Amino acid sequence: MTTTNTIEDLANREYKWGFVTQVEEDRIPRGLSEDTIRLISEKKNEPAFMLEWRLKAYRHWATLERSQAEPTWANIHYSPIDYQAMSYYSAPKPRPNRKSLDEVDPEILEAYNKLGISLDEQKRLAGVAVDAVFDSVSVATTFKEKLAEKGVIFCSFSEAVQKHPDLVKKYLGTVVPYSDNFFAALNAAVFSDGSFVYVPKGVHCPMELSTYFRINAAETGQFERTLIIADEGAQVSYLEGCTAPMRDENQLHAAVVELIALDDAKIKYSTVQNWYPGDKEGRGGIYNFVTKRGKCAGRNSHISWTQVETGSAITWKYPSCILMGESSVGEFYSVALTNNHQQADTGTKMIHVGKNTRSTIVSKGISAGFGQNTYRGQVKILKGATNARNYTQCDSLLIGDKCGAHTFPYIDVKNSTARMEHEASTSKIGEDQIFYFRQRGLPAEEAVAMIINGFCKQVFRELPMEFAVEAQKLLSISLEGSVG
Amino acid sequence: MSATAQITGLNTYLDAFSRRQQTTQDEPAWLRHLREDAFGHFCDLGFPTTHDEDWRFTSLSALVKENFVSASESPAAVSVQQIAAHRVSDSAARIVFVNGRFSTALSDAQTLPQGVRAGSLADIIASSPASLENHLARYANIRNASFTALNTALFEDGAYVEVERGTILKKPLHVLFVSTAESAAAMVHPRTLLLVGENAELSLVEDHISLGGGAVFTNSVTELVVGAGATVSHHVLERENRNSFHIATLRIQQSRTSTVRAHSVLTGGALVRNNVHPVLAGEGAECLINGLFIGGERQHLDNFMMVEHASPHCASHQYYNGLLGGHSHGVFHGRILVHKDAQKTDAKQTNRNLLLSDDAQIDTKPQLEIYADDVKCTHGATIGQIEENSLFYLRSRGLDEASARQMLLLAFAGECLDRIEDGPVREYMEQSVDAALLGASRYQGGQP
Amino acid sequence: MSLLEIRDLHASVNGNEILKGITLTVNAGEVHSLMGPNGSGKSTLAQVLARRETYEVTSGEVIFNGKDLLEMKPEEAASEGLFMAFQYPIEVPGISNPYFLRAALNAQRKYRGEDPLDAMEFLPLLKEKMKLLEMDERFQSRSVNEGFSGGEKKRNEIVQMAILEPKLAILDETDSGLDIDALKIVSRGVNAMRSADRAMILVTHYQRLLDYIVPDFVHVLAGGRIVKSGGPELAHELEREGYGWIEPALAGAR
Repeated sequence: MTTTNTIEDLANREYKWGFVTQVEEDRIPRGLSEDTIRLISEKKNEPAFMLEWRLKAYRHWATLERSQAEPTWANIHYSPIDYQAMSYYSAPKPRPNRKSLDEVDPEILEAYNKLGISLDEQKRLAGVAVDAVFDSVSVATTFKEKLAEKGVIFCSFSEAVQKHPDLVKKYLGTVVPYSDNFFAALNAAVFSDGSFVYVPKGVHCPMELSTYFRINAAETGQFERTLIIADEGAQVSYLEGCTAPMRDENQLHAAVVELIALDDAKIKYSTVQNWYPGDKEGRGGIYNFVTKRGKCAGRNSHISWTQVETGSAITWKYPSCILMGESSVGEFYSVALTNNHQQADTGTKMIHVGKNTRSTIVSKGISAGFGQNTYRGQVKILKGATNARNYTQCDSLLIGDKCGAHTFPYIDVKNSTARMEHEASTSKIGEDQIFYFRQRGLPAEEAVAMIINGFCKQVFRELPMEFAVEAQKLLSISLEGSVG
Repeated sequence: MSATAQITGLNTYLDAFSRRQQTTQDEPAWLRHLREDAFGHFCDLGFPTTHDEDWRFTSLSALVKENFVSASESPAAVSVQQIAAHRVSDSAARIVFVNGRFSTALSDAQTLPQGVRAGSLADIIASSPASLENHLARYANIRNASFTALNTALFEDGAYVEVERGTILKKPLHVLFVSTAESAAAMVHPRTLLLVGENAELSLVEDHISLGGGAVFTNSVTELVVGAGATVSHHVLERENRNSFHIATLRIQQSRTSTVRAHSVLTGGALVRNNVHPVLAGEGAECLINGLFIGGERQHLDNFMMVEHASPHCASHQYYNGLLGGHSHGVFHGRILVHKDAQKTDAKQTNRNLLLSDDAQIDTKPQLEIYADDVKCTHGATIGQIEENSLFYLRSRGLDEASARQMLLLAFAGECLDRIEDGPVREYMEQSVDAALLGASRYQGGQP
Repeated sequence: MSLLEIRDLHASVNGNEILKGITLTVNAGEVHSLMGPNGSGKSTLAQVLARRETYEVTSGEVIFNGKDLLEMKPEEAASEGLFMAFQYPIEVPGISNPYFLRAALNAQRKYRGEDPLDAMEFLPLLKEKMKLLEMDERFQSRSVNEGFSGGEKKRNEIVQMAILEPKLAILDETDSGLDIDALKIVSRGVNAMRSADRAMILVTHYQRLLDYIVPDFVHVLAGGRIVKSGGPELAHELEREGYGWIEPALAGAR
């Protein structure tokens, strides 16, 4: 059997997270208006400040939409999205008389089991607490009590609005204001749930926190919002994973994540994104238009983004850091893979405001099939950012000759003491590389896996152990079939 | 630069060329024709201006307005003692040129092993010019590069080295160019041809010094032709006086599986332009380009790299470190050109710079032009200052600030020196670097 | 029985016939040198024997160690004891030299039904071989061939050969890109591997390698055929006279 055949077989494996779970939905009618916003807020029984904020966001978005201000600068191509054709709220209908985890519909529990995410705390690997978001709402959060002992708040956003309105009011929209961009405005108006984390002063969160996002319903968008606050000296590591069923139409996912690190605090945010990428002809798949930003507000604060992006038809995402505090550190480690007809325009922004701030960017793009992969990154050193430092490394790996890799670094330095380092490379995996491995006795599949893992190593080693293993598996499945 | 300045400038060279033509009557027809052709191109091209993309950061107005006379027209006596210090230890031979002309008295090239010939290009032109026709000006570009055209039209002499197939010359060959101009502005256009046969090995130093303080315009062109499987280390050391203009062009032609290591250290001159242009023409060829430039006062040091990958499976690695103090201005322009058929190219480029004062300036411009689709190209550039932390650390161990600073500068320069494999040559170049660093640290802001 | 038996081998790439009937017998303990001008087919023969799929074998047969080599995948041929030192070894960023080599060795051991070696057993072995090739220990922690010069890559190939201990080693232009000092080191490594139960095929353009690794047989390839065979003196003849004389010989063969 030839290399090509071996790998094609693997590639033709189905997207194994593509099943649909049958649950009763509580869904609002399609369309978007002020009434929709009021309906969502009412369903969630929100305090007045939330509704006001949502309405402001909606009005801002509506202005943008009327003036056709949906962003077009990214190197991605898709048909216009009809924002009136989708439903903005879908939740599994609660069943009466259930307690704790039993409150969750067994169908949903089964769905998460199928995804390899056990919501049953006992069976869960020690050290990871999970918040499961199913379509628009959070269905379960594990290990809550254990975390509460340390004062760590980890719950759904809806719950935070009810139980910790002061914290929400204080920090919501302080990193990504509703006016930030088109999709951020849309999210602020209609977001239905997400995760909320607060780690109090001096506490090192005793376990990894994790949210598992699942889109199930058809013709809906998912608009979750995550807010993580690490108070002075606090530390937290947070992971998110995402999957969706296989459907022929595109679905919109427009999330917002805000991170705030105060003095000496550290937040590590890892993503393994595996939304349905569409089929081999490019039909269907998720539009993943996400705004993620962290604010290093305090001295010596540290925010680190690690992402492995293998899914979605289109990814538009730039997890960024605003380095305000003196000696604060921002990091971005990314592996983005595009196969078949996937498109990704992703990267980061590092805004250096404070003195002695440092940032590191390591971006690894892999393009296969007809995939188009763009790195877009901005490093901005403001006037007051004396002795700021940035290191950027951008590597692209091409597999086959119909895919593309594009690199757009933007560098803006306003302080002459800055130290900037930039490295970039483009290379290609071909038959000759694989032959080298085979001549030493290693089969083709192992060769591809080793080459990819070697290429991504700098990023994988930033991921928590279990995620690193999962990421490696995901990559080899998403990729193979493209080498030959 | 005004059109008038250009014309005045060109008149100087028109005179020089007509005088030159009278002395080249005995040259073979192909060479006279080549010179005319080259001068024609020079007149068409004129001197480049900052409007030319390749000269964006380097203005030649000071050079263009000067009226240079040919250095060889004012012969000077140089004694052995005057250049005694300029000797690479344990070299195979030292070949000396004074104001552009070969000096038999100062050179010692009698003891070369069999298979190696080294001496004056003018001698070869006089005795057996036919052997040159296949190589001279076959590689260096006289059509688009005005300085190369000018050199080709006007050159009088330079080094000629030939290493036969399979001949291994382990000891370095030292080629020393001395200028003596004191007051009048003088120009010299040295032309060097280095032919290295199949599987042969050569290590060579091109060394430029000035004994006088006058403004000298040196416009040197070297063609290095490397046969299949051959290994060549080429070193350039430029440390002329601070009134000098120095334009150097090194054009390297590499056959299959050959290896070239081209090192350069620039410390002297008012305005220096260092063009290095290797063409990896045969499969599996490999090239290291390693450079260090140290500037102070108002020096302008411009490094223009053009690495051309023309065949598959070739590798090129460029490393350039710049150290700039005073009001000096450094330029690193690194272009990598990968031709359509040059698959499996591996090209790397790293440029690191240290600015020692607030008024020093560096422009660094990487440029990748890739027409093949299976290549690995990396480029990186850094601009920084001396780390206050490192300085403090050394001082906390008892070193005074000046010594601590000197030590850090040496370490930075050492990255480049360490890549020079030939021991005696490295030591020789190190001495010049040490001296230049003492100078450079003197000119940095706020330091005594 | 001979170790390698090539009978009337024809092979082409993209429809162009490159090997036009090669017949060659290699016995254990012998060192053969394949010489010839560029494009004569010598590298193609090496790649066909290593089972590279780019080349299509159109007729002929190859028996290696009693088995049909042409039925084997590259990794099977490798595990049967066929090693090729590449003319252009591949770089694998992010994968360390020891990791790669141990994975390869263990894949071959598994094929032969032997137990895998763990890192503790493997590292001393690697250290010893690297010392033989005068490779600095820092190469041990570096990624496979990444940032190595051409000469270092070639030495690394011989380190791999020394670890994998093949029955038949094919060295494809291992001398190219080496200066004289590196050539001596590589030759020493190769000579240390010569033994009564191992055969070698040296593919080279130049005689100079054969000053250091003296072959038992020299074959001259031209136009996809072996046009002349002889002892080591044939290589010297080629060095003196170049490949020019081949053209008439080739014309006669047509």
